[in-house]
Amino acid sequence: MYGKGLKPLSIATVAALALSLSLVFFYAPLDADQGFVQKIFYLHVPLAIVALLGFVAGGVFAIAHLRSGDSKWDAYSYVSIHMSVIFGVAVLITGAIWAKASWGHWWVWDEPTLVSFLIVFLMYATYYPFRYAIEDRDRQARYASVFAITAGAFVPLNFMAVRMAESLVHPRTFATAEGGLPAEMMLTFLVSLGATGLLWTTLVKFELTAKSASGQLKRLRRALDAPPSGGSSRVAPEVS
Amino acid sequence: MLDLLPIAAPALPLDEAGKYVAGAYVVFLVLIVVYVAIMAAKLQRIERELRELAGFAETRSNGDQAAPEPEKASADV
Repeated sequence: MYGKGLKPLSIATVAALALSLSLVFFYAPLDADQGFVQKIFYLHVPLAIVALLGFVAGGVFAIAHLRSGDSKWDAYSYVSIHMSVIFGVAVLITGAIWAKASWGHWWVWDEPTLVSFLIVFLMYATYYPFRYAIEDRDRQARYASVFAITAGAFVPLNFMAVRMAESLVHPRTFATAEGGLPAEMMLTFLVSLGATGLLWTTLVKFELTAKSASGQLKRLRRALDAPPSGGSSRVAPEVS
Repeated sequence: MLDLLPIAAPALPLDEAGKYVAGAYVVFLVLIVVYVAIMAAKLQRIERELRELAGFAETRSNGDQAAPEPEKASADV
């Protein structure tokens, strides 16, 4: 069920990523201030935006789960958060590399954008122990949904708070007051954002398909009354 | 002091900047490859379990078919 359309989506993702990389290295002009290092922007910022939107999507799916009681939405919420945490790791590492190249420091503690993203990331890192600490599947799904909604609401609030904070160190991507991005850079950025979004969607679909296959296998095993194999016993959401 | 950082740090030369840009893109690629490798291992496990289940179901259905024969034999005796 979840695997439907995965192949064309994967092909579209690979094509979009190839187009994005071509634009980044052969089309977008060099930044007058940062030079070649600014190419990290086309990787780091889309990853951050998609990761944050993924956290919000996890909260929206969690609302659907609490409203309907359908475990499918819990699986969507779990996988969205899981994928966004992976993207979050990439954001933190690429951001640290960019900071070192631009500012000479791997991390700047009094920069609100960096610290706020770290706070959001660490908050979602507690999602796993919180979830797996609960044995009962229904209770686990309900509590995880409440967590996802609360944390999901915190993400845009946190984003707005950071935008309102005055800082001259971290560049503002869409600061139009001083001209913003030139057209070539903006096009490259938007293609990169689209490609990253497609990658996130494909990986979410891939993970859901694997979870669905695993869940159906367990049901089949129970139906056949077959002895359990030595697979993982982690209490992850099951999807059918 | 930090406010002056962007002004104080001029654009890096290409050979220096290239290392950082390559590093960032390689980190991203490695993360994706590791994730895909983990998923591939999971799918292999699912495939193996499916084969085990198919074997189990076959053995059981063969056993069910073979089971009535001894009863029949004992009835004949």
